[in-house]
Amino acid sequence: MADPSGFLKYQRQTPHRRPVPLRLRDWNEVYEPFEKDATRAQAARCMDCGIPFCHQGCPLGNIIPEWNELTRLDRWDEASDRLHATNNFPEFTGRLCPAPCEGSCVLGIGDDPVAIKLVEQEIADRAIASGQALVPHPAEVRTGRKVAVVGSGPAGLAAAQQLARAGHDVVVFERDLRVGGLMRYGIPWFKMDRAVLDARLDQLRAEGVEFVAGVNVGGDGSDVTVASLRERFDAVIIATGSTVPREIDVEGRHLDGIHLAMDYLVQANKVLEGTQDALTIDAAGKDVVIIGGGDTGADCYGTALRQGARSVRQLDIHVAPPATRDASTPWPVYPLMMRTSAAHEEGGERIFGVNSTTFQATEDGAVAGIHLVEGERIPGGFIPKDGSDTLVKADLVLIALGFTGPETPGLLEGLGVQITRRGVVERDEAYMTTVDGVFVAGDAGRGQSLIVWAIAEGRSAAAGVDAYLMGSTVLPDPVHPTAVALR
Amino acid sequence: MSFSAIPAPQGLYDPRYEVDSCGVAAIADLKGRRSHRIVADGITALINLDHRGAAGADPSVGDGAGILVQVPEDMFRAVCDFELPKTPVGADGCAFAAGIAFLPRDAAERAAAKDIIAMVVAGEGLELLGWRTVPTVPVHAGVGRMALDVMPVFEQLFLAAEAGADGVRPFGLALDRLIFPARKRIEHQTAAEGCEVYFPSLSSRTITYKGMLTTAQLPAFYPDLTDVRMESAIAIVHSRFSTNTFPAWPLAHPFRFIAHNGEINTVRGNRNWMRAREALLATDLIPGDLSRVYPICSPGASDSASFDEVLELLHLAGRSLPHAVMMMIPEAWENNPTLDEKIRGFAEFHACLMEPWDGPACVTFTDGRMLGAVLDRNGLRPGRWWLTDYGTVVLASESGVLPIPPENVIERGRLQPGRMFLVDTVAGRVLDDTEVKESLAQEQPYTEWVHAGTIALADLPSRVQSHPDPEAMLQRQQVFGYTEEDIRVLITPMAGTAAEGIGSMGTDTPEAVLSARPRMLFDYFSQLFAQVTNPPLDAVREQVVTSLASVLGPEGNLLDPTPASCRSILLPLPVIDNQDLARLVGVNSDGDLPGLAAAVVTGLYEVAGGGAALAAAIEQARSDADAAVAAGARIIVISDRDSDDTLAPIPSLLITSAIHQHLVRQKTRTKVGLVVEAGDAREVHHVALLLGYGAAAVNPYLVLETAAHLAQEGTLGPKVSASKAAKNTVYALSKGVLKVMSKMGISTVASYTGAQVFAAFGLEQAVLDEYFTGTSTPTGGSGLDVVAADVASRHALAFQTNDAALEHRGLPIGGDYQWRREGELHLFNPETVYLLQHATRSKQASIFKRYTDTVDGLSTKGGTLRGLFTLRTDARPAVPLDEVEPASEIVRRFVTGAMSYGSISAEAHETLAIAMNRLGGKSNTGEGGEDVERLLDPSRRSFIKQVASGRFGVTSAYLVNAGEIQIKMAQGAKPGEGGQLPGHKVYPWIAATRHATTGVGLISPPPHHDIYSIEDLKQLIHDLRNANPAARVSVKLVSEPGVGTVAAGVTKAHADAVIVAGYDGGTGAAPLTSLKHTGQPWELGLAETQQTLRLNQLRAQVRVQVDGGLKTGRDVVVAMLLGAEEYGFSTAPLVVAGCVMMRVCHLDTCPVGVATQNPVLRARYTGTPEFVETFFLFLAEQVREYLAELGFRSVDEAVGHAELIDIENAVSHYRAGGLDLRPLLHVPDVESPLYCTKPAQHDLSRTLDAKLIELAAPTLNDRQRVRIDLPIRNVDRTAGTMLGSEVTKRFGPDGLPDRTLDVKLTGTAGQSLGAFLPAGITITMVGDANDYIGKGLSGGRIVLRPSPHAPRTQPGIRQVIGGNTVAYGATSGEIFIRGRVGERFAVRNSGALLVVEGTGDHACEYMTGGRAVILGRTGRNVAAGMSGGIAYLLDHDPARVNTELVEIEELVESEIDWLEQILTTHVALTGSRVAADLLDDFPRSALRFVRIMPRDFKRVLDLRAEAASLGVDADQMIMEASRG
Repeated sequence: MADPSGFLKYQRQTPHRRPVPLRLRDWNEVYEPFEKDATRAQAARCMDCGIPFCHQGCPLGNIIPEWNELTRLDRWDEASDRLHATNNFPEFTGRLCPAPCEGSCVLGIGDDPVAIKLVEQEIADRAIASGQALVPHPAEVRTGRKVAVVGSGPAGLAAAQQLARAGHDVVVFERDLRVGGLMRYGIPWFKMDRAVLDARLDQLRAEGVEFVAGVNVGGDGSDVTVASLRERFDAVIIATGSTVPREIDVEGRHLDGIHLAMDYLVQANKVLEGTQDALTIDAAGKDVVIIGGGDTGADCYGTALRQGARSVRQLDIHVAPPATRDASTPWPVYPLMMRTSAAHEEGGERIFGVNSTTFQATEDGAVAGIHLVEGERIPGGFIPKDGSDTLVKADLVLIALGFTGPETPGLLEGLGVQITRRGVVERDEAYMTTVDGVFVAGDAGRGQSLIVWAIAEGRSAAAGVDAYLMGSTVLPDPVHPTAVALR
Repeated sequence: MSFSAIPAPQGLYDPRYEVDSCGVAAIADLKGRRSHRIVADGITALINLDHRGAAGADPSVGDGAGILVQVPEDMFRAVCDFELPKTPVGADGCAFAAGIAFLPRDAAERAAAKDIIAMVVAGEGLELLGWRTVPTVPVHAGVGRMALDVMPVFEQLFLAAEAGADGVRPFGLALDRLIFPARKRIEHQTAAEGCEVYFPSLSSRTITYKGMLTTAQLPAFYPDLTDVRMESAIAIVHSRFSTNTFPAWPLAHPFRFIAHNGEINTVRGNRNWMRAREALLATDLIPGDLSRVYPICSPGASDSASFDEVLELLHLAGRSLPHAVMMMIPEAWENNPTLDEKIRGFAEFHACLMEPWDGPACVTFTDGRMLGAVLDRNGLRPGRWWLTDYGTVVLASESGVLPIPPENVIERGRLQPGRMFLVDTVAGRVLDDTEVKESLAQEQPYTEWVHAGTIALADLPSRVQSHPDPEAMLQRQQVFGYTEEDIRVLITPMAGTAAEGIGSMGTDTPEAVLSARPRMLFDYFSQLFAQVTNPPLDAVREQVVTSLASVLGPEGNLLDPTPASCRSILLPLPVIDNQDLARLVGVNSDGDLPGLAAAVVTGLYEVAGGGAALAAAIEQARSDADAAVAAGARIIVISDRDSDDTLAPIPSLLITSAIHQHLVRQKTRTKVGLVVEAGDAREVHHVALLLGYGAAAVNPYLVLETAAHLAQEGTLGPKVSASKAAKNTVYALSKGVLKVMSKMGISTVASYTGAQVFAAFGLEQAVLDEYFTGTSTPTGGSGLDVVAADVASRHALAFQTNDAALEHRGLPIGGDYQWRREGELHLFNPETVYLLQHATRSKQASIFKRYTDTVDGLSTKGGTLRGLFTLRTDARPAVPLDEVEPASEIVRRFVTGAMSYGSISAEAHETLAIAMNRLGGKSNTGEGGEDVERLLDPSRRSFIKQVASGRFGVTSAYLVNAGEIQIKMAQGAKPGEGGQLPGHKVYPWIAATRHATTGVGLISPPPHHDIYSIEDLKQLIHDLRNANPAARVSVKLVSEPGVGTVAAGVTKAHADAVIVAGYDGGTGAAPLTSLKHTGQPWELGLAETQQTLRLNQLRAQVRVQVDGGLKTGRDVVVAMLLGAEEYGFSTAPLVVAGCVMMRVCHLDTCPVGVATQNPVLRARYTGTPEFVETFFLFLAEQVREYLAELGFRSVDEAVGHAELIDIENAVSHYRAGGLDLRPLLHVPDVESPLYCTKPAQHDLSRTLDAKLIELAAPTLNDRQRVRIDLPIRNVDRTAGTMLGSEVTKRFGPDGLPDRTLDVKLTGTAGQSLGAFLPAGITITMVGDANDYIGKGLSGGRIVLRPSPHAPRTQPGIRQVIGGNTVAYGATSGEIFIRGRVGERFAVRNSGALLVVEGTGDHACEYMTGGRAVILGRTGRNVAAGMSGGIAYLLDHDPARVNTELVEIEELVESEIDWLEQILTTHVALTGSRVAADLLDDFPRSALRFVRIMPRDFKRVLDLRAEAASLGVDADQMIMEASRG
């Protein structure tokens, strides 16, 4: 029984971020450690609702009230157990998830929501520090069935771990040099230290998951052809993500100094981990403009600042949202509201309600600036306001407009899976594509989404594969392929 | 049954639910002098009890009336055309036996019956003296058509026995013993051969005349009764109130020995036990093989008839009638430390022989010499007696049934709980209870027998108990389907606090049979509860009458009690821990107790074999049990331990009941006691079921292990050790069972065991017949295969081959009480709550459609029964939508539920009221009263004023300002239970509205203390109608099997509307076992109600409302087609107003300001009336669309058209395969309207009050002072109330200045004298009065004093002058009574001053305010549940005070003066001698007083004083203190 009046006793409190001047000097995570007992007080704000909307708001179905209560009671090991019951990688989500759970927290109706993400991360980190979370749980009974997981992002890893524990022989293929997908190369280090990722991968290895990196399965000249994949494995999971970037159709796009956000972030991260010697795109001393108001944009923003950009501007086509929940997104749906990420505190500028019209070029064909108009965003378009044209100086432009879907040449075409009109891989209730024995999980099937959806899909697809291979399954199946957040 | 128009079971109607209640009277000449006057007086008394009976749709068809007298020997000699043998002088009883035979109407059948009779009589060696045609004049008597249609042919049979060796023919008792087998054989044989004969009596001592008649028809119907030669010294008369309108001649009372006012709640168990005992019965007193009289309890008989049959057997086999009655209705001896040792011995000994026949009862009995009466242990029926100076004793349900001049009455008294009143007409004396019991107790050395024979469980040597591997606990939990939630929600509170958990906001999960996930077998059963026809009990406050103890061990021959009969083990609680179990298993390990030897029968089966293996294993267990019995085992332990990877446990309930029923059938059941060692039982409901289906004790080993583990891991805090946690759990489960029993009105575990007071839903009838014999379901359902599949699924989880696959996932998460993604389906889930709020707040019909589609979709997935229905839109041509009545008309049929101000905030309460007032719908106050400001504001008041058991805020003004008054008999969340508003929720504004004290907790009793039966309800309806003749009176019931029958009774009690609530709704807090496991879906109750009302021709006069989880337009339309014309909503509009189903209403922490009084949280409230209006208008529009599609233009046209519901393509759930909901859709083929077409008219113009109002015209018109002086009789009920309502209507809540209206009444007042009397009226009653004096007193004054003509031989202090339940719910005013009154004086008094000179049990119960002065002896249990006010007791006996909440203190100085003043007033008003004597030397006599001071109340008074001295706000200080 939770403390029924904890929410009346404690106010919401979250960890402090390190001082901006300090944190800009390194790539370490931005948050300061939080007092254990302060975390417990935050957990005590949980009201143990009859309908825990947070538990619905979380695609994984994290059983938030229960681990809040265990945290309040200082029973961290059990809290970790309860957390891992629904989430293979809470240390990732604790850092990287935008916490739809908090948007749907009942306490948030008339008060600040419970700091769920904080509690999650604290539980996860403590369980990792104690080693409890990383104890391998190899299957006691092997099935002898072989499953290939293509792609090592959160969906692929979650599926791999679930299937390995179910006793299958799992091989994870990654076309990049090292395993982890966006968690390895997309996310800036200041959001997640890579040691966190590596520690978890060791657990998967100990549970029997085999990782094969640097192999572009089904790609031109790859060692692993589609045919050999199908031959060697009883089932295949496509977890290649949604990697085709959304482009911008603006005059001057071809100019030098205009890059896709992911190209920029990946090389930055590779340099940090030491697998690439030097930056190919460096923001140092540059006027940086980021097109796109989302999280990837913010990642570029913080990265550019740390690289020593002269200025950083992030453009958002939407007008600035209100400071609190917008009426168009009533509780408990994910709130539209002004969100200030850590990077945004560190300098630079955000410009809302603007659309870029043309890039200005230098004489030698590099970008020099960008023309913007103010106006109103409408579905599928933008109505510019007359006479609102402005020019923003820019010698590095990063396009962070999201992704349209998985790449189809190579693996997907080779497998022959059906692609939907939305450009994602078609699948049935059990996450199987139109090709027998081939499954899809994560953004490749869903389109770009959140890490929690990816892990949830990985878990559900694993259940689908297990049932396909064995006739039935006991693996949890947290999300239906068509499930979406409340709206 | 023959001679009955009761229809065969059809649809959901089943005649077995028919119940009755009644008025009863008895008259005897003390000296045994026979006269016709006694008979005539009996009939007069009967007619004066008419208001306690009832008539059906046709007023000329009564529910039954009858009279039992001594055999009028002289008359029979005169009227018979054959010789009757001579009776020896001075004999008790005649040398012949006589009785009326109810013979078949068909001449051939009649001839056949008479042949059988002649044959049997001859076969029994008896002589058939002759037949006499009993004169009857049905037409002249005015007997109605329906009764005539089934009327038997009446002939009197006269029998005698051959003379013995001494040449004397047997007579009296000896003859009756010979007649008895003959009668039983005749009954059995004629029934078997299709020519059934019924004998109301056949005896040499007494004879019964009865029939399906009104009281007035009885004497006219049987001219014998008015023949002056009809002489008797004893007469028992009875007037019946049945819930149905179907005449059935044999169901009238009296029976052969008794007339019974009450209901036997445990009768199913009692009958089973009797059947089981038959094998061991033997007596020399009844010659021949006793088996020819079996079954003792005739199948299909009423509870009273079964009682009579067993009583007859016990009596004829050698016990005196009082002795036999005491066995069957023992007093509450268990918790009475003052009981005489010998009497205790008698009671204990007989407890080993037979379980009590438990339930409210006033049983009047006679054997022709003794006339007696006894009340049940709770005293739930009224009974008063008088002794006249000419030697007549009168005993009746009411005072005043015979016009006896007061000067002739030398003594008057009342029946008391569990006490016997006995008249010996031969000895010529009245025997009091103690005398009777002492003499019986001395017949045998019972106390020694008990000491020698019985062993306390704790005295058995301890034994080695099994210690299962703690590592494997998780696996065991998995095997038995434990969930994380079970541990957190169910087990943790029990283990930690020794109490069951509490929840709020009802339940919205599927019935077991509709669930998509494995369910426990327990879930298919729901607990029955008492409503209307009998009361639930308060096991907490009235613990003195309950008992959890029982005896375990074999029974012997019931008819030949010996010291060995009580060879048994005493179990203090029905739940036993592992050591106790080990003691029982090893009881004979040392070989010294072979008579109690135990054997273990194991209940495991090959899980792979499915249902067939399960069935086979049960058969094996049954034969194992047989073998064990044969081998001498006297205790059988049924165990489900030690399952493994191939053997799974048989559900403990299944195997327990299977073995129990089997042993009953084998008639070996009473040779053994059953103990269950169950791993699956983990909550109160489970234990209750195991007991209810035959177990004497349950060892729920796994929950105890789990509890201990919780303590070890620290969940329960540092103070609870592992052993304490287990003890707590044992206690919590036991207490919970007590509460479950109490809901059904059963007081002792001994009689609960095997009583089968459960309803089953969703199980195949064949499964029930085989394993739960006697439990039935009209709708079928799952078979053993499904049960086995569920077991297998749990078993598979426990015996996983690969644990890693489920790493971190030990137990399933649960999700029954709180929504969980991986848990059970809930109709209200994040999506539906969101859509509903969003739609109504943003006024978007399209979102509302998404909401209803989603909810209806969940319904279809098993969320509700109605989800299985489809609507037949093809049966009638659709009508254009614009021809359907407008939404503005439909919303008038919508009401919001009864949620009290107190449980929800003022903001939420007013939101609903304003919205409904704007729409023309109706909102409901709930039980908390209404503050005056709102009461008088038509836009903000609630149209419906609820009257619940706590009567909080129920004043004259409250009732006068009602559009409808609703009597809450039960509420969906926790039918059969009361409630409690803890002190920290009694904020100042709540206290003011409830007439209570800030910061002091309030208790609502489980029963209405003025409704213990249907005729009491009729009385309350009458009271309320008098309190506001313009208001509609409705009665709220909760769905359970038989609710239709209750609804019929309610209609006959003249309610205008009946509400059938589903079990699922319910916004209040409730113990979890009630929330989930009591009551049934409204679909069942509504359909049954509609069918029963129509079969009874009662539907036209009553409106039917349904409520319980209605959420969508489709829900409304289904309810409409099943027969409801009004629709209640609670949860949905609350959600609209902001509720998010936190389910913490009981904690006062509602974060959205709905269910809280905390001002900080109330500030977060965001609801508005507009949202609620939008909801109902959207809903009404949907209803219109459905009506158009179905082809109706109005709701009225559609009501009751159940044939438009289709179930063909319903059931897709694998487990629901056998479910057949067609009985819900049955439309009885009778000419009877489908909805209320002729609302009943209520004529109050001929009441005494009509006259009072006329005489009070100068006051009512001009505020002039008026004095009125009128005579009054017991049939003048509710005197003064309508007058009071006129005063309140005209002059407002404050009434008139004191003594404006003085009304003097002389005679005997009927029930409810001065109910709700407002200020300004004084009623001075000279004579005596019946029950419910000053009910709801609202400022008026009532003075009750004896007639000045009463003889001075009996001083007032011993005279019983008033009845039970005085000043129930009084809020202000004064009552002065010179004399004693009955039980529950001042119950729930919250502000009145009451003076009396003696009381029965439970005085000042639940009192919350006011003062009570008691100048004489009280009964037991004074001040139970008393949280406020002060009582002053003269010469008190501390043992009689229940000090759980109160202190006994000395008076403080200021009180002495006050008391002196009060006594002075008492003397002035009543002429009290007691008070006058005390005043003679007051300072001295003041020392004889103590005050009873509730601790909480005192604390608050002290805080108030402290606040005053500190100059701070007292209320704030109190609230802070009460929150701790």
